[in-house]
Amino acid sequence: MLKLQKLTKTYKTGDQALKAVDLDVPSGQVLALIGPSGAGKSTLIRCINRLVEPTSGSVMLGDVDLTKLGAAALRRERRRMGMIFQEYALVERLTVMENVLSGRLGYVGFWRSLTRRYPQSDVDEAFRLLDRVGLVHMADKRADELSGGQRQRVGICRALIQNPALLLVDEPTASLDPKTSRQIMRLICELCAERGLAAIINIHDVALAQMFVQRVIGLRFGEIVYDGSPNGLTPDKLTEIYGEEDWEATIENVEGEEVEAAE
Amino acid sequence: MPVLETEGGAVWRKRTTGQAMARWAMWLLGVAIFIWCWQRISDATTWFFVWDAPEIAGDILGRATPPRWSYINTLWEPLWDTLNIATLGTLAALVMAVPVAFLAARNTTPSALFVRPIALLIIVSTRSINSLIWALLLIAIIGPGVFAGIVAIAIRSIGFCAKLLYEAIEEIDRTQVEAITATGASRMQVMAYGIVPQIAPAFAGIAVFRWDINIRESTVLGLVGAGGIGLQLQASMNTLAWPQVSLILLVILAAVVVSEWVSAKVRGAII
Repeated sequence: MLKLQKLTKTYKTGDQALKAVDLDVPSGQVLALIGPSGAGKSTLIRCINRLVEPTSGSVMLGDVDLTKLGAAALRRERRRMGMIFQEYALVERLTVMENVLSGRLGYVGFWRSLTRRYPQSDVDEAFRLLDRVGLVHMADKRADELSGGQRQRVGICRALIQNPALLLVDEPTASLDPKTSRQIMRLICELCAERGLAAIINIHDVALAQMFVQRVIGLRFGEIVYDGSPNGLTPDKLTEIYGEEDWEATIENVEGEEVEAAE
Repeated sequence: MPVLETEGGAVWRKRTTGQAMARWAMWLLGVAIFIWCWQRISDATTWFFVWDAPEIAGDILGRATPPRWSYINTLWEPLWDTLNIATLGTLAALVMAVPVAFLAARNTTPSALFVRPIALLIIVSTRSINSLIWALLLIAIIGPGVFAGIVAIAIRSIGFCAKLLYEAIEEIDRTQVEAITATGASRMQVMAYGIVPQIAPAFAGIAVFRWDINIRESTVLGLVGAGGIGLQLQASMNTLAWPQVSLILLVILAAVVVSEWVSAKVRGAII
Protein backbone atom coordinates (compact mmCIF):
# COMPACT_ATOMS: atom_id res chain seq x y z
CA MET A 1 0.00 0.00 0.00
CA LEU A 2 2.85 2.35 0.85
CA LYS A 3 5.98 1.98 -1.19
CA LEU A 4 9.13 4.06 -0.83
CA GLN A 5 11.55 3.85 -3.74
CA LYS A 6 15.07 5.22 -3.48
CA LEU A 7 13.83 7.91 -1.13
CA THR A 8 16.64 10.38 -0.51
CA LYS A 9 16.80 13.51 1.58
CA THR A 10 19.83 15.78 1.62
CA TYR A 11 19.54 18.85 3.83
CA LYS A 12 20.89 22.21 2.73
CA THR A 13 23.75 21.74 5.19
CA GLY A 14 24.84 18.74 3.11
CA ASP A 15 23.75 16.18 5.70
CA GLN A 16 22.35 13.13 3.98
CA ALA A 17 19.48 12.13 6.27
CA LEU A 18 18.13 9.39 3.98
CA LYS A 19 20.20 7.43 1.51
CA ALA A 20 17.99 5.82 -1.14
CA VAL A 21 15.61 4.08 1.26
CA ASP A 22 13.40 1.34 -0.19
CA LEU A 23 10.49 0.21 1.93
CA ASP A 24 7.26 -1.64 1.26
CA VAL A 25 4.42 -1.49 3.80
CA PRO A 26 1.43 -3.74 3.05
CA SER A 27 -1.96 -2.45 4.19
CA GLY A 28 -2.80 -3.16 7.79
CA GLN A 29 0.79 -3.73 8.88
CA VAL A 30 2.12 -1.95 11.96
CA LEU A 31 5.86 -1.53 11.87
CA ALA A 32 8.33 0.07 14.22
CA LEU A 33 11.20 2.20 13.03
CA ILE A 34 14.13 2.09 15.43
CA GLY A 35 17.55 3.63 15.31
CA PRO A 36 19.81 6.08 17.13
CA SER A 37 19.05 9.79 17.31
CA GLY A 38 19.89 11.41 14.01
CA ALA A 39 19.46 8.19 12.03
CA GLY A 40 16.74 9.82 9.93
CA LYS A 41 13.62 8.31 11.52
CA SER A 42 11.75 11.60 11.83
CA THR A 43 12.91 12.70 8.40
CA LEU A 44 11.65 9.45 6.90
CA ILE A 45 8.08 9.79 8.13
CA ARG A 46 8.00 13.52 7.37
CA CYS A 47 9.14 12.82 3.82
CA ILE A 48 6.13 10.56 3.38
CA ASN A 49 3.54 13.32 3.97
CA ARG A 50 5.99 15.94 2.73
CA LEU A 51 6.24 18.03 5.85
CA VAL A 52 9.85 17.64 4.74
CA GLU A 53 10.40 17.73 0.97
CA PRO A 54 12.33 14.65 -0.18
CA THR A 55 15.28 15.39 -2.46
CA SER A 56 14.65 12.48 -4.80
CA GLY A 57 12.94 9.11 -5.02
CA SER A 58 9.24 8.37 -4.88
CA VAL A 59 6.58 7.70 -2.27
CA MET A 60 3.71 5.62 -3.63
CA LEU A 61 0.53 5.66 -1.54
CA GLY A 62 -1.65 3.21 -3.41
CA ASP A 63 -1.30 4.32 -7.03
CA VAL A 64 -0.42 7.93 -6.26
CA ASP A 65 3.15 9.20 -6.26
CA LEU A 66 3.05 11.74 -3.44
CA THR A 67 6.33 13.38 -4.46
CA LYS A 68 4.87 14.50 -7.79
CA LEU A 69 1.73 16.19 -6.43
CA GLY A 70 0.90 19.89 -6.53
CA ALA A 71 -0.20 21.75 -3.41
CA ALA A 72 -3.95 21.06 -3.68
CA ALA A 73 -3.57 17.38 -4.57
CA LEU A 74 -1.04 16.95 -1.77
CA ARG A 75 -3.55 18.35 0.74
CA ARG A 76 -6.13 15.84 -0.48
CA GLU A 77 -3.71 12.94 -0.06
CA ARG A 78 -2.59 14.15 3.38
CA ARG A 79 -6.12 13.42 4.58
CA ARG A 80 -5.34 9.70 4.07
CA MET A 81 -2.30 9.92 6.38
CA GLY A 82 -2.90 10.60 10.06
CA MET A 83 0.07 11.82 12.07
CA ILE A 84 0.79 11.50 15.80
CA PHE A 85 3.57 13.51 17.41
CA GLN A 86 6.10 13.18 20.21
CA GLU A 87 5.06 16.34 22.06
CA TYR A 88 1.40 15.72 21.12
CA ALA A 89 1.36 18.94 19.03
CA LEU A 90 -2.17 19.78 20.13
CA VAL A 91 -3.25 23.37 19.71
CA GLU A 92 -2.89 24.20 23.38
CA ARG A 93 -5.42 27.02 23.59
CA LEU A 94 -8.24 25.16 21.83
CA THR A 95 -10.56 22.68 23.48
CA VAL A 96 -10.23 18.92 23.21
CA MET A 97 -13.22 18.83 20.84
CA GLU A 98 -11.76 21.53 18.59
CA ASN A 99 -8.47 19.65 18.51
CA VAL A 100 -10.17 16.41 17.50
CA LEU A 101 -12.29 18.14 14.86
CA SER A 102 -9.21 19.84 13.44
CA GLY A 103 -8.47 16.42 11.95
CA ARG A 104 -11.37 17.13 9.57
CA LEU A 105 -9.89 20.40 8.28
CA GLY A 106 -8.97 18.76 5.00
CA TYR A 107 -12.66 17.93 4.41
CA VAL A 108 -14.45 21.16 5.42
CA GLY A 109 -14.25 24.62 3.88
CA PHE A 110 -12.44 27.57 5.43
CA TRP A 111 -15.49 29.46 6.72
CA ARG A 112 -17.10 26.40 8.21
CA SER A 113 -13.87 25.56 10.03
CA LEU A 114 -13.41 29.17 11.17
CA THR A 115 -16.93 29.35 12.62
CA ARG A 116 -16.62 25.76 13.95
CA ARG A 117 -19.72 24.60 12.07
CA TYR A 118 -18.58 21.04 11.38
CA PRO A 119 -21.03 18.57 9.85
CA GLN A 120 -22.97 16.64 12.50
CA SER A 121 -21.49 13.36 11.23
CA ASP A 122 -18.00 14.68 12.06
CA VAL A 123 -19.10 15.71 15.54
CA ASP A 124 -20.70 12.29 16.09
CA GLU A 125 -17.50 10.59 14.99
CA ALA A 126 -15.46 12.85 17.30
CA PHE A 127 -17.63 11.82 20.25
CA ARG A 128 -17.31 8.15 19.28
CA LEU A 129 -13.52 8.41 19.14
CA LEU A 130 -13.27 10.33 22.40
CA ASP A 131 -15.46 7.68 23.99
CA ARG A 132 -13.23 4.95 22.58
CA VAL A 133 -10.10 6.48 24.20
CA GLY A 134 -12.00 7.29 27.40
CA LEU A 135 -11.95 11.07 27.20
CA VAL A 136 -15.52 11.93 26.33
CA HIS A 137 -15.97 13.78 29.65
CA MET A 138 -13.01 16.03 28.74
CA ALA A 139 -14.46 17.24 25.43
CA ASP A 140 -14.90 20.82 26.63
CA LYS A 141 -11.60 21.12 28.51
CA ARG A 142 -8.79 23.13 27.02
CA ALA A 143 -5.95 20.97 25.70
CA ASP A 144 -3.38 22.51 28.06
CA GLU A 145 -5.36 21.29 31.08
CA LEU A 146 -4.75 17.64 30.16
CA SER A 147 -2.01 15.28 31.32
CA GLY A 148 0.55 13.88 28.87
CA GLY A 149 -1.23 10.57 28.36
CA GLN A 150 -4.59 12.29 27.85
CA ARG A 151 -3.10 14.71 25.34
CA GLN A 152 -1.62 11.87 23.34
CA ARG A 153 -5.07 10.21 23.27
CA VAL A 154 -6.51 13.41 21.86
CA GLY A 155 -3.68 13.40 19.30
CA ILE A 156 -4.67 9.86 18.34
CA CYS A 157 -8.32 10.90 17.92
CA ARG A 158 -7.27 13.83 15.73
CA ALA A 159 -5.32 11.47 13.48
CA LEU A 160 -8.10 8.86 13.30
CA ILE A 161 -10.95 11.25 12.54
CA GLN A 162 -9.20 11.93 9.23
CA ASN A 163 -10.28 8.40 8.34
CA PRO A 164 -6.74 7.62 7.18
CA ALA A 165 -5.33 4.54 5.52
CA LEU A 166 -1.96 5.04 7.15
CA LEU A 167 -0.73 6.37 10.47
CA LEU A 168 2.61 8.14 10.75
CA VAL A 169 3.63 8.08 14.39
CA ASP A 170 6.65 10.06 15.56
CA GLU A 171 7.97 8.99 18.98
CA PRO A 172 4.51 8.65 20.55
CA THR A 173 5.84 7.67 23.97
CA ALA A 174 9.05 9.67 24.33
CA SER A 175 7.42 12.24 26.64
CA LEU A 176 5.42 9.73 28.69
CA ASP A 177 6.06 7.60 31.76
CA PRO A 178 6.59 3.82 31.27
CA LYS A 179 3.05 2.77 32.19
CA THR A 180 1.37 5.43 30.05
CA SER A 181 3.79 4.60 27.23
CA ARG A 182 2.57 1.02 27.16
CA GLN A 183 -1.07 2.08 27.31
CA ILE A 184 -0.59 4.48 24.42
CA MET A 185 1.28 1.89 22.33
CA ARG A 186 -1.38 -0.70 23.07
CA LEU A 187 -4.12 1.77 22.13
CA ILE A 188 -2.46 2.70 18.84
CA CYS A 189 -1.94 -0.94 17.90
CA GLU A 190 -5.49 -1.94 18.89
CA LEU A 191 -7.00 0.90 16.88
CA CYS A 192 -4.87 -0.02 13.87
CA ALA A 193 -6.10 -3.59 14.13
CA GLU A 194 -9.75 -2.51 14.50
CA ARG A 195 -9.59 -0.30 11.46
CA GLY A 196 -7.11 -2.23 9.36
CA LEU A 197 -4.68 0.68 9.37
CA ALA A 198 -1.05 0.47 8.44
CA ALA A 199 1.28 2.39 10.73
CA ILE A 200 4.89 3.44 10.85
CA ILE A 201 5.92 4.08 14.44
CA ASN A 202 9.20 5.82 15.22
CA ILE A 203 10.31 4.64 18.58
CA HIS A 204 13.39 4.86 20.78
CA ASP A 205 12.35 2.11 23.10
CA VAL A 206 13.35 -1.23 21.56
CA ALA A 207 11.68 -3.34 24.25
CA LEU A 208 8.40 -1.48 23.84
CA ALA A 209 8.56 -1.91 20.08
CA GLN A 210 9.18 -5.65 20.41
CA MET A 211 6.13 -5.96 22.63
CA PHE A 212 3.64 -4.54 20.16
CA VAL A 213 4.63 -4.68 16.50
CA GLN A 214 4.92 -7.37 13.85
CA ARG A 215 7.85 -5.90 11.99
CA VAL A 216 10.88 -3.83 12.94
CA ILE A 217 12.98 -1.64 10.65
CA GLY A 218 16.40 -0.59 11.91
CA LEU A 219 17.73 2.66 10.52
CA ARG A 220 21.33 3.80 10.81
CA PHE A 221 22.83 6.86 9.11
CA GLY A 222 19.85 7.04 6.76
CA GLU A 223 20.07 3.42 5.63
CA ILE A 224 17.96 0.40 6.50
CA VAL A 225 20.22 -2.08 8.28
CA TYR A 226 17.54 -4.36 9.72
CA ASP A 227 14.17 -5.44 8.42
CA GLY A 228 12.50 -8.37 10.11
CA SER A 229 10.53 -9.71 13.02
CA PRO A 230 10.94 -8.28 16.54
CA ASN A 231 12.38 -11.61 17.71
CA GLY A 232 15.23 -11.40 15.24
CA LEU A 233 16.75 -8.44 17.07
CA THR A 234 19.81 -10.13 18.54
CA PRO A 235 22.57 -8.28 20.38
CA ASP A 236 24.58 -8.38 17.16
CA LYS A 237 21.77 -6.75 15.23
CA LEU A 238 21.29 -4.07 17.86
CA THR A 239 25.02 -3.38 17.79
CA GLU A 240 24.77 -2.96 14.05
CA ILE A 241 21.92 -0.44 14.46
CA TYR A 242 23.03 1.50 17.52
CA GLY A 243 26.71 0.68 18.01
CA GLU A 244 28.60 -1.21 20.69
CA GLU A 245 26.73 -1.68 23.98
CA ASP A 246 25.68 -4.49 26.30
CA TRP A 247 22.29 -5.47 24.89
CA GLU A 248 21.49 -8.50 27.03
CA ALA A 249 19.52 -6.47 29.58
CA THR A 250 17.38 -4.84 26.90
CA ILE A 251 16.35 -8.09 25.29
CA GLU A 252 15.83 -10.04 28.51
CA ASN A 253 13.64 -7.35 29.95
CA VAL A 254 11.10 -7.36 27.21
CA GLU A 255 8.49 -8.54 29.69
CA GLY A 256 9.87 -6.52 32.59
CA GLU A 257 10.84 -2.95 33.28
CA GLU A 258 11.15 -0.30 30.64
CA VAL A 259 14.70 0.03 29.42
CA GLU A 260 16.00 3.06 27.66
CA ALA A 261 17.77 1.48 24.73
CA ALA A 262 18.94 4.52 22.87
CA GLU A 263 21.21 7.15 24.32
CA MET B 1 44.75 35.10 29.78
CA PRO B 2 43.51 35.64 33.28
CA VAL B 3 45.41 32.69 34.75
CA LEU B 4 48.90 33.71 35.88
CA GLU B 5 51.53 31.15 36.75
CA THR B 6 53.42 32.35 39.82
CA GLU B 7 55.76 30.57 42.23
CA GLY B 8 52.90 30.18 44.72
CA GLY B 9 50.75 28.36 42.11
CA ALA B 10 48.20 29.44 39.54
CA VAL B 11 46.54 32.79 40.23
CA TRP B 12 43.26 33.67 38.56
CA ARG B 13 42.17 37.24 37.90
CA LYS B 14 39.23 38.54 35.93
CA ARG B 15 41.40 40.69 33.65
CA THR B 16 45.00 40.79 32.56
CA THR B 17 47.04 43.88 33.43
CA GLY B 18 46.69 45.18 29.88
CA GLN B 19 42.91 44.82 29.92
CA ALA B 20 42.68 46.57 33.28
CA MET B 21 44.78 49.49 31.99
CA ALA B 22 42.65 49.75 28.85
CA ARG B 23 39.47 49.89 30.93
CA TRP B 24 40.96 52.55 33.17
CA ALA B 25 41.87 54.63 30.11
CA MET B 26 38.36 54.29 28.70
CA TRP B 27 36.84 55.49 31.96
CA LEU B 28 39.23 58.46 32.03
CA LEU B 29 38.29 59.37 28.46
CA GLY B 30 34.58 59.05 29.24
CA VAL B 31 34.78 61.32 32.29
CA ALA B 32 36.82 63.88 30.31
CA ILE B 33 34.20 63.98 27.54
CA PHE B 34 31.45 64.40 30.12
CA ILE B 35 33.19 67.36 31.76
CA TRP B 36 33.87 68.97 28.39
CA CYS B 37 30.19 68.62 27.37
CA TRP B 38 29.10 70.03 30.72
CA GLN B 39 31.29 73.07 30.06
CA ARG B 40 29.84 73.61 26.59
CA ILE B 41 26.25 73.41 27.82
CA SER B 42 27.03 75.76 30.66
CA ASP B 43 28.53 78.32 28.26
CA ALA B 44 25.49 78.15 26.02
CA THR B 45 23.02 78.62 28.85
CA THR B 46 21.69 82.02 29.80
CA TRP B 47 22.06 81.51 33.52
CA PHE B 48 20.08 84.67 34.27
CA PHE B 49 16.90 82.86 33.20
CA VAL B 50 17.79 79.72 35.08
CA TRP B 51 18.52 81.42 38.39
CA ASP B 52 15.05 82.90 38.62
CA ALA B 53 13.35 79.68 37.48
CA PRO B 54 12.11 78.69 40.97
CA GLU B 55 10.65 82.16 41.36
CA ILE B 56 8.82 82.00 38.02
CA ALA B 57 7.63 78.45 38.65
CA GLY B 58 6.31 79.54 42.03
CA ASP B 59 4.60 82.48 40.39
CA ILE B 60 2.87 80.26 37.79
CA LEU B 61 1.88 77.76 40.46
CA GLY B 62 0.40 80.63 42.46
CA ARG B 63 -1.62 81.81 39.49
CA ALA B 64 -2.69 78.26 38.57
CA THR B 65 -4.15 77.42 41.95
CA PRO B 66 -6.88 76.88 42.69
CA PRO B 67 -7.92 75.26 39.38
CA ARG B 68 -10.98 76.78 37.80
CA TRP B 69 -13.36 73.91 38.53
CA SER B 70 -16.31 75.42 36.65
CA TYR B 71 -14.29 75.11 33.43
CA ILE B 72 -14.79 71.31 33.58
CA ASN B 73 -18.13 71.62 31.77
CA THR B 74 -16.40 72.70 28.57
CA LEU B 75 -13.85 69.88 28.92
CA TRP B 76 -16.15 66.84 28.72
CA GLU B 77 -16.52 67.01 24.97
CA PRO B 78 -12.81 67.40 24.14
CA LEU B 79 -12.06 64.61 26.62
CA TRP B 80 -14.55 62.35 24.85
CA ASP B 81 -12.88 63.29 21.53
CA THR B 82 -9.51 62.36 23.00
CA LEU B 83 -10.77 58.94 24.08
CA ASN B 84 -12.30 58.39 20.66
CA ILE B 85 -9.10 59.38 18.87
CA ALA B 86 -7.12 56.87 20.95
CA THR B 87 -9.64 54.04 20.67
CA LEU B 88 -10.56 54.36 16.99
CA GLY B 89 -6.91 55.02 16.10
CA THR B 90 -5.84 51.87 17.92
CA LEU B 91 -8.55 49.77 16.24
CA ALA B 92 -7.63 51.05 12.79
CA ALA B 93 -3.96 50.42 13.51
CA LEU B 94 -4.65 46.82 14.56
CA VAL B 95 -6.65 46.11 11.41
CA MET B 96 -3.70 47.27 9.31
CA ALA B 97 -0.99 45.80 11.55
CA VAL B 98 -2.22 42.18 11.40
CA PRO B 99 -1.57 41.61 7.69
CA VAL B 100 1.71 43.51 7.89
CA ALA B 101 2.81 41.31 10.79
CA PHE B 102 2.01 38.11 8.87
CA LEU B 103 3.93 39.42 5.86
CA ALA B 104 6.88 40.38 8.06
CA ALA B 105 7.20 37.21 10.15
CA ARG B 106 9.86 34.91 8.76
CA ASN B 107 7.71 31.81 9.11
CA THR B 108 4.56 33.16 7.45
CA THR B 109 5.82 35.62 4.83
CA PRO B 110 5.04 34.56 1.26
CA SER B 111 8.45 35.75 0.11
CA ALA B 112 11.38 36.53 2.38
CA LEU B 113 13.17 38.22 -0.49
CA PHE B 114 10.53 40.66 -1.78
CA VAL B 115 7.52 40.94 0.53
CA ARG B 116 9.27 40.84 3.88
CA PRO B 117 11.50 43.89 3.27
CA ILE B 118 8.45 45.92 2.23
CA ALA B 119 6.58 44.91 5.39
CA LEU B 120 9.63 45.75 7.50
CA LEU B 121 9.89 49.12 5.76
CA ILE B 122 6.26 49.88 6.64
CA ILE B 123 6.98 48.96 10.25
CA VAL B 124 10.14 51.06 10.51
CA SER B 125 8.77 54.11 8.69
CA THR B 126 5.51 54.33 10.63
CA ARG B 127 7.27 53.73 13.92
CA SER B 128 10.07 56.22 13.48
CA ILE B 129 7.88 59.31 13.01
CA ASN B 130 6.21 60.77 16.11
CA SER B 131 2.41 61.00 16.08
CA LEU B 132 2.65 64.77 16.57
CA ILE B 133 4.55 65.03 13.28
CA TRP B 134 2.08 62.68 11.57
CA ALA B 135 -0.71 64.95 12.86
CA LEU B 136 1.00 68.06 11.44
CA LEU B 137 1.32 66.37 8.05
CA LEU B 138 -2.25 65.07 8.08
CA ILE B 139 -3.74 68.41 9.10
CA ALA B 140 -2.14 69.87 6.01
CA ILE B 141 -3.60 67.05 3.91
CA ILE B 142 -7.08 66.42 5.37
CA GLY B 143 -7.60 69.56 7.41
CA PRO B 144 -7.73 70.04 11.20
CA GLY B 145 -10.06 68.05 13.41
CA VAL B 146 -10.60 64.76 15.15
CA PHE B 147 -10.28 62.67 11.97
CA ALA B 148 -6.71 63.86 11.39
CA GLY B 149 -5.95 62.85 14.97
CA ILE B 150 -7.39 59.37 14.48
CA VAL B 151 -5.40 58.80 11.31
CA ALA B 152 -2.21 60.13 12.93
CA ILE B 153 -2.59 57.76 15.90
CA ALA B 154 -3.46 54.86 13.59
CA ILE B 155 -0.43 55.33 11.34
CA ARG B 156 1.93 55.83 14.25
CA SER B 157 0.67 52.62 15.90
CA ILE B 158 0.90 50.28 12.88
CA GLY B 159 4.62 49.79 13.19
CA PHE B 160 4.54 49.26 16.94
CA CYS B 161 1.72 46.70 16.82
CA ALA B 162 3.02 44.92 13.72
CA LYS B 163 6.52 44.62 15.15
CA LEU B 164 5.42 43.09 18.45
CA LEU B 165 2.94 40.85 16.66
CA TYR B 166 5.40 39.53 14.10
CA GLU B 167 7.85 38.73 16.87
CA ALA B 168 5.07 36.75 18.55
CA ILE B 169 4.36 34.94 15.27
CA GLU B 170 8.01 34.02 14.90
CA GLU B 171 8.07 32.53 18.40
CA ILE B 172 5.14 30.13 17.97
CA ASP B 173 5.49 26.41 18.54
CA ARG B 174 6.15 25.00 15.08
CA THR B 175 4.93 21.49 15.82
CA GLN B 176 1.34 22.70 16.27
CA VAL B 177 1.51 24.21 12.80
CA GLU B 178 3.04 20.98 11.50
CA ALA B 179 0.23 18.95 13.04
CA ILE B 180 -2.48 21.09 11.43
CA THR B 181 -0.65 21.00 8.09
CA ALA B 182 -0.47 17.21 8.29
CA THR B 183 -4.28 16.94 8.43
CA GLY B 184 -4.49 18.29 4.88
CA ALA B 185 -5.62 21.77 5.96
CA SER B 186 -5.31 24.69 3.54
CA ARG B 187 -2.94 27.62 4.13
CA MET B 188 -5.72 29.77 5.58
CA GLN B 189 -6.88 26.95 7.83
CA VAL B 190 -3.34 26.38 9.07
CA MET B 191 -3.24 30.05 9.99
CA ALA B 192 -6.64 29.99 11.71
CA TYR B 193 -5.97 26.82 13.69
CA GLY B 194 -2.21 26.53 14.00
CA ILE B 195 -1.10 30.14 14.39
CA VAL B 196 -3.97 32.39 15.53
CA PRO B 197 -4.72 30.57 18.82
CA GLN B 198 -1.03 30.73 19.69
CA ILE B 199 -0.71 34.49 19.17
CA ALA B 200 -4.13 35.46 20.57
CA PRO B 201 -2.85 36.34 24.07
CA ALA B 202 0.03 38.37 22.62
CA PHE B 203 -2.41 40.16 20.32
CA ALA B 204 -4.72 41.12 23.17
CA GLY B 205 -1.80 42.32 25.26
CA ILE B 206 -0.40 44.43 22.41
CA ALA B 207 -3.81 45.97 21.65
CA VAL B 208 -4.44 47.07 25.22
CA PHE B 209 -0.86 48.26 25.70
CA ARG B 210 -0.99 50.39 22.57
CA TRP B 211 -4.43 51.79 23.51
CA ASP B 212 -2.95 52.83 26.84
CA ILE B 213 -0.05 54.62 25.09
CA ASN B 214 -2.42 56.23 22.59
CA ILE B 215 -4.54 57.82 25.34
CA ARG B 216 -1.40 59.75 26.36
CA GLU B 217 -0.40 60.57 22.82
CA SER B 218 -3.86 61.80 21.83
CA THR B 219 -3.92 64.33 24.71
CA VAL B 220 -1.18 66.35 23.01
CA LEU B 221 -2.47 66.07 19.43
CA GLY B 222 -4.71 69.09 20.02
CA LEU B 223 -1.60 71.25 20.36
CA VAL B 224 -1.24 71.12 16.59
CA GLY B 225 -4.98 71.27 15.93
CA ALA B 226 -5.83 67.58 15.56
CA GLY B 227 -8.72 67.62 18.02
CA GLY B 228 -9.08 66.51 21.60
CA ILE B 229 -8.26 68.05 24.94
CA GLY B 230 -4.89 69.37 23.74
CA LEU B 231 -6.76 72.03 21.79
CA GLN B 232 -8.16 73.43 25.04
CA LEU B 233 -4.74 73.25 26.64
CA GLN B 234 -3.23 75.25 23.79
CA ALA B 235 -5.99 77.87 23.93
CA SER B 236 -5.72 78.26 27.71
CA MET B 237 -1.93 78.62 27.62
CA ASN B 238 -2.10 81.22 24.87
CA THR B 239 -4.45 83.35 26.94
CA LEU B 240 -2.37 82.75 30.11
CA ALA B 241 -5.44 81.25 31.78
CA TRP B 242 -3.37 79.27 34.30
CA PRO B 243 -6.28 78.05 36.46
CA GLN B 244 -7.73 76.41 33.33
CA VAL B 245 -4.35 74.90 32.45
CA SER B 246 -4.04 73.31 35.86
CA LEU B 247 -7.54 71.82 35.60
CA ILE B 248 -6.78 70.39 32.14
CA LEU B 249 -3.55 68.81 33.43
CA LEU B 250 -5.50 67.24 36.30
CA VAL B 251 -8.11 65.88 33.88
CA ILE B 252 -5.39 64.41 31.62
CA LEU B 253 -3.75 62.82 34.66
CA ALA B 254 -7.06 61.30 35.70
CA ALA B 255 -7.71 59.97 32.18
CA VAL B 256 -4.27 58.36 32.04
CA VAL B 257 -4.66 56.78 35.47
CA VAL B 258 -8.05 55.36 34.50
CA SER B 259 -6.73 53.99 31.18
CA GLU B 260 -3.80 52.40 32.97
CA TRP B 261 -6.17 50.74 35.42
CA VAL B 262 -8.46 49.49 32.62
CA SER B 263 -5.58 48.09 30.57
CA ALA B 264 -4.08 46.34 33.60
CA LYS B 265 -7.47 44.75 34.32
CA VAL B 266 -8.00 43.66 30.72
CA ARG B 267 -4.50 42.26 30.39
CA GLY B 268 -4.90 40.34 33.61
CA ALA B 269 -8.18 38.87 32.42
CA ILE B 270 -6.87 37.72 29.05
CA ILE B 271 -3.39 36.40 29.72
